[in-house]
Amino acid sequence: MADGAEPVLNVRDLNTVFKTRSGSVHAVNSVSFSLKPGELLGVVGESGSGKSVTMMSLIGLIPSPPAQVSGTGVEFGGMDLLKASDDELRRIRGARIGFVFQDPMTSLNPVFTVGYQIMEPLRKHMKMNKADARRRAVELLELVGIPDAERRLKDFPHQFSGGMRQRVMIAIALACDPEVLIADEPTTALDVTIQAQILELMHELRAKLGMAVIWITHDLGVIAGIADRVLVMYGGQIVEHAPVKELFQHPKHPYTRALLKTIPSVRGERADRLEVIEGQPPILRAAPTSCSFSARCEFCFERCLNENPPRFDVGHGHDTACFYDFDANGPRHQPNMAMTQLAGGVGDAG
Amino acid sequence: MLDETNSGNVLVEVRDLKMHFPIHAGVFKKRVGEVKAVDGISFDIFEGETLGLVGESGCGKSTAGRAILRLYDITEGSIKIDGVEIGPTPQPKLREMRPTMQMVFQDPQASLNPRMSVAAIIGEPLDEHTDFSKKEKREKVLGLMDAVGLNRDFANRYPHEFSGGQRQRIGIARALALNPKFIVCDEPIAALDVSIQAQVVNLLEDLQEEFGLTYLFISHDLSMVRHIADRVAVMYLGRVVELATREELFRAPKHPYTQALLSAVPEPDPSLEEKVERILLEGDVPSPSKPPKGCNFCTRCPQVMDICKEIDPTGKEIAAGHQVACHLYADT
Repeated sequence: MADGAEPVLNVRDLNTVFKTRSGSVHAVNSVSFSLKPGELLGVVGESGSGKSVTMMSLIGLIPSPPAQVSGTGVEFGGMDLLKASDDELRRIRGARIGFVFQDPMTSLNPVFTVGYQIMEPLRKHMKMNKADARRRAVELLELVGIPDAERRLKDFPHQFSGGMRQRVMIAIALACDPEVLIADEPTTALDVTIQAQILELMHELRAKLGMAVIWITHDLGVIAGIADRVLVMYGGQIVEHAPVKELFQHPKHPYTRALLKTIPSVRGERADRLEVIEGQPPILRAAPTSCSFSARCEFCFERCLNENPPRFDVGHGHDTACFYDFDANGPRHQPNMAMTQLAGGVGDAG
Repeated sequence: MLDETNSGNVLVEVRDLKMHFPIHAGVFKKRVGEVKAVDGISFDIFEGETLGLVGESGCGKSTAGRAILRLYDITEGSIKIDGVEIGPTPQPKLREMRPTMQMVFQDPQASLNPRMSVAAIIGEPLDEHTDFSKKEKREKVLGLMDAVGLNRDFANRYPHEFSGGQRQRIGIARALALNPKFIVCDEPIAALDVSIQAQVVNLLEDLQEEFGLTYLFISHDLSMVRHIADRVAVMYLGRVVELATREELFRAPKHPYTQALLSAVPEPDPSLEEKVERILLEGDVPSPSKPPKGCNFCTRCPQVMDICKEIDPTGKEIAAGHQVACHLYADT
């Protein structure tokens, strides 16, 4: 991807707060990122790190109340999605932004045939007639590698296996040629051999269709194989952002570094003992005033407890929200410049 | 860790274990078939070792684990734990033997009673199987909490006040309460976050060393199994297709299914990832109620031969401690 390319999606300072009776939960805290055409952006984090909520917030899939979504802006196709009306959002969702959810069973409607569910967005958004929509549906099922597509249109979701259902979900998401596809843990519920099939399919589809993809997962192995750039989320914030090789070779945030050490591999050397990250992920009762990882961090020093680290640019398209500089093995002395630059987005310097 | 040459004492001996579940249909609930969840598996588990049992969902690995502890009435086969045959033993009699064999369940949320305090949960096996006084029991419970790394002060709290990893620790403490010899861990880390998984796996390893435990570690996570298991059995559609030591299995897998399974695991290192040769399997696992004729894997096997569609391969020992059920290795 050229650095100068205009991003298709530009998220600036997104916040999501859930107001519940037992207090508020700050699930997403000033998240900024951009997505360029044709790239695959991986988002990793543990459960509760805010990765799903971020993506659902920006296209208005989080019910409000209880949630309050705010931010400087979510630019998509010359429009601010945060200010868009429900009608406008509805016209974008499924048409220009596709969504694939984690569990293929619960996200397909069991009482409609698969054919109907693929044709629905085509007829709604593309105003196709029945015959055209049908033809397109067969095409889509073939595209995602479902054999005997014509006949399978009449089948119901329960007649498909888990991997096949996920293919159907991807077919639905792709139906209207979206510019952006958001895939929320699309392979987590699947077995490894089926997951390998879906990842392969994703490689092919991206080569063919050239859409931008946001791939949410907690599996660093999946990310390593598929992503161009990676966002690491922790405690509702982006703690590190880098091109995929850079991230795995030179992780700069203690959380990423620890995470990479905790996962064993099926190849290479086997460690005698697993490294662990002691402690628990934070509970996000209030907007962060200190580093959210400080309680579990071995490099934590005074500044981390008093200030929430902004994202520092460390070069090579890499930034990290940490006061500790691993290159200097000591506290970071860089000026706090990254913030303004990042908030402005990559393709939007003014 | 045990030598491959079967020198240790066999603690668990499983022979031709079958667990079929009937399918009933129609108005009169006539028996129309059966789901062959576990269809004739045999293996030994040596004292003090960890046997990993891996496979994809629906391959029967959890059923196998539960059947070995006789949580089901098995269809056929023999199970010997510590020299005692428990295959045909009726359930009331089994109860007396339960202290030697325990289980850690997958979902720590569902396997803990929300209305019982942690102390009551961990102490329940003691109520049933020992005549400890109240004070002794309390001591034992607190000791167990120390052993699994739970703060003693939390003894009177309820499961919902704990995180997933801590709840799994409660489940482990409960399993340890009666000083068992053998513990079946059924996907103990599947419901946990990556950073917490490592904590629980390390705990299981420490406890094994401390109490001399023997584990059957059931998991679909091959990289974790590689870490914790001494030997690994790979299941596919109710059968064990390959059984070998950890080193052997991950270095030189023999069965085409094991090869495909290992190659499908994503590599968390992009520079290594590019070198991994993927074997992509076509299609899905057949239904265990209608397994294919011949080898169970013949419908998806990339190296399928004519004989595979006719004759079911039996497990063969191709090297010391390395068993494979595949026609490719029929002559060796």
